Amino acid sequence: MKSAVIVFPGSNCDRDVAVALEKIAGNRPHMVWHGETDLPEVDLVVLPGGFSFGDYLRSGAMAGRSPIMKEVITRAHKGKPTLGICNGFQVLTETGLLPGALMRNAGLNFVCRDVTLKVEHANSAFTNAYTNGDEIRIPVAHHDGNYFADDDTLKALEDNAQVAFRYKDNPNGSQNDIAGIYNESRSVLGLMPHPERAIGAELGSTDGIKMFESLMASL
Amino acid sequence: MSTITPEIVAEHGLNEEEYARILNALGREPNINELGIFSVMWSEHCSYKSSRRHLATLPTEAPWVICGPGENAGVIDIGDGQTAIFKMESHNHPSYIEPYQGAATGVGGILRDVFTMGARPVANLNALRFGSPDHPKTRHLLSGVVAGIGGYGNCVGIATVAGQTDFDPAYDGNILVNAMTVGTADADKVFYSAAAGMGNPVVYVGSKTGRDGIHGATMASAEFDDDSEEKRPTVQVGDPFTEKLLIEACLELMAGDSIVAIQDMGAAGLTSSSVEMASKGEVGIELNLDEVPQREENMTPYEMMLSESQERMLMVLEPGREEEAHAIFRKWDLDFAVIGKVTDTNHLTLLHGGEVVGDIPIGPLVDDAPNYDRPHDVKPAAIAAERPDVPAPTELGATLHQMMGSPNLSSRRWIWEQYDHQVMGDTVVLPGGDAGVVRVHGTDKALASVTDCTPRYCYADPVEGGKQAVAETYRNISAVGATPLAITNCLNFGNPEKPEIMGQFVGCIQGMGEACKALNYPVVSGNVSLYNETNGIAILPTPVIGGVGLMQDYKKLVRIALQNDGDSIYILGDTGGHLYQSIYAKVIQDIHVGPAPRVDLAQEKAHSAFVRGQIEDGTLTACHDVADGGTLVALAEMAMAGGKGITLDHEGDHGFWFGEDQGRYILVTSNGAALEAAASEANLSLTKLGRVGGDSLLGQSIDGLKQANEDWMPGYMAAV
Repeated sequence: MKSAVIVFPGSNCDRDVAVALEKIAGNRPHMVWHGETDLPEVDLVVLPGGFSFGDYLRSGAMAGRSPIMKEVITRAHKGKPTLGICNGFQVLTETGLLPGALMRNAGLNFVCRDVTLKVEHANSAFTNAYTNGDEIRIPVAHHDGNYFADDDTLKALEDNAQVAFRYKDNPNGSQNDIAGIYNESRSVLGLMPHPERAIGAELGSTDGIKMFESLMASL
Repeated sequence: MSTITPEIVAEHGLNEEEYARILNALGREPNINELGIFSVMWSEHCSYKSSRRHLATLPTEAPWVICGPGENAGVIDIGDGQTAIFKMESHNHPSYIEPYQGAATGVGGILRDVFTMGARPVANLNALRFGSPDHPKTRHLLSGVVAGIGGYGNCVGIATVAGQTDFDPAYDGNILVNAMTVGTADADKVFYSAAAGMGNPVVYVGSKTGRDGIHGATMASAEFDDDSEEKRPTVQVGDPFTEKLLIEACLELMAGDSIVAIQDMGAAGLTSSSVEMASKGEVGIELNLDEVPQREENMTPYEMMLSESQERMLMVLEPGREEEAHAIFRKWDLDFAVIGKVTDTNHLTLLHGGEVVGDIPIGPLVDDAPNYDRPHDVKPAAIAAERPDVPAPTELGATLHQMMGSPNLSSRRWIWEQYDHQVMGDTVVLPGGDAGVVRVHGTDKALASVTDCTPRYCYADPVEGGKQAVAETYRNISAVGATPLAITNCLNFGNPEKPEIMGQFVGCIQGMGEACKALNYPVVSGNVSLYNETNGIAILPTPVIGGVGLMQDYKKLVRIALQNDGDSIYILGDTGGHLYQSIYAKVIQDIHVGPAPRVDLAQEKAHSAFVRGQIEDGTLTACHDVADGGTLVALAEMAMAGGKGITLDHEGDHGFWFGEDQGRYILVTSNGAALEAAASEANLSLTKLGRVGGDSLLGQSIDGLKQANEDWMPGYMAAV
């Protein structure tokens, strides 16, 4: 599996996800600077966590308009698997590749903790090593993770089985306890929790490994 | 040029004698720019004029120390051609006035001290002190400080892995916000601040200079009064996004060989950075202030030299390498300007609008800075001649429950969940353990780091308290299995012009020095914050220690959480039952008098070596040092962390269970016989306390204890 990690000014989980990809997929991803316009031929594009452009505007708003994003969006529309973690999820909603928005946490504070997720629909390249209904422990670390969408969008997400993960104990006020969603064709996944931080017992959890194994097996 | 009147001199925080020194150094009257520069360089904050001679007594050397105090941060060898670089610094005064920005820029400043030396920051820590929970400002200050630390550290993407937070009415008018950063660098990529090379370009990078923070260093060198909130304009505003870019840009430039010297612009900004670079290199520096990137129009030389705008660095480059360096900063969208050059004049020369607006000989500016031997009265604080016995509780279990839910023993989860403690993917012991442990990226090595101090001991007995602060961090690091290597410190005290305060300072330094020497655990960097007084009321003496230790193999580390039912629980070290100055005496019995517990440094060393050996051998399944609250509190913390109960089979009085005798550890093992044999062979005191099992401790359910422990702070912060 060949992959690319997009690096925005202010990304800070770019190295972490690169470590996870290399550890599990066995080869080092291309690290692509946001100002580039060419994207290498890869099987997977990852938008990492962090505070792109400081998140001084809406989280992910500036990054969604970086030069490289034109090509990322084009490829995603052609069905190229695209994964957005945390700030990456926020970027995906800002570009419209995923519906809805991530608002300030209901508790107003930044929250960094392990949360239990229920795997809602494991039928994608990102998740097929999990089983529907699995409960997994993955850390969250965000200030703006409160998923919001209008009623029609929420209904469509539920009806089309686009909810990938749900929180068991909602840390941020997300509607329907949504922690991660797919696009309609399940080629794009955005999630607030950090699977790349759950890849070793010494880090507290190994439950993120299956996401990278799913990708490895599928792509 | 304006004429310097006595009023102007006084406004700059300089006394008559100090002004006379300036006249002598210059051989003429200073202009306003020069006066401003002298005033910040000779402020307590920059010159350490009350503390210098005492700091000089601290041990600073060991075979693994690469760079001790005097640079931006201390550097120690961690093997394999790698170093750990770390320092702690206070941001007390600004945080009281504007908690969010004060704390945020405290984090930003200490990060710069570390990455300016070539290190990638890998861990942030802090030590916070607030007033009584009942004080009307405490909630506001606590929530602002925590949000500020998180807001900065989370955005920059450095894990905040450990810290300490205490409440005491002594901090009602002066909170303490001490921030520490640990970084790692290759030994051949450590950068220093000594300017060199006549004619080499002096380059400014980072954010533009504005009018913020002018005279911050002077503010930090004075007491507060009721009008202190009017000082808000002297608090700087942080921009963590720019800091993140600055880290990446500097590290990218540092990968090459174009940097001669580099220094961050911290307190006293352009002034202290240029003066320190020139002083260390024994050269002169000429700055053309017209070239300084400016955020506001019509800034005067005075404002530019004294601004404490954040996220700025000054460097000297090899000749002809400007364009290469500029390209890196352009990529990261940061300002880059050649603003001067290295000269052979040994003067700091300032040009503005084609005129010389300042010309100061560096030697006198640095070497002639006042160096006071302030009168000091070193003795334990007045302790009531009559020492009441500390009575026993009516019921041990219920008392434990009450203590676990008290402000100073309650869980700090509400705080550390607001800090990203896992970013960079190497945090292997999270907040809540004895020390934060972060892997050295890409290796099996790990750095354990911790901040600690027990101010009530320092107040009761400055010498023992100073020792204890050092010993406590030594213990914390040992308890995870790491070898303690060196410390940084942040010495927070009241007004040094008062002999009793200066006595606290001198006493604590003496105790710290004795401990550092006995433990071979030197001081490699540090910071002093004096004048922490409001309306004449001083804080408790608070010499915070930041310790760093090394593990060769993180997979061997041990945490505090109980692991297996049936494991045997022991205490290493004798318990005399020292209840004076204990949490039990204060919280349960309201007794605040009496001496601090004594620290036996030889025993500290022996116990640490034993504990580390047992962890290395894989004998222990859990370990925790015994500190605030004593043995029973340590046991409860281990039980809560592991979600397992404890059956005690040792009989002891309240002195045994709640006494705060020093140098002790709780050791848990599946192989009691092996541990007992090892302790016997080492001739150390080991007492069996009980076994892991069940779901309670002294009749208190672990869930109930946990609830009391976890609920206090969220409940407090939610209350209006």
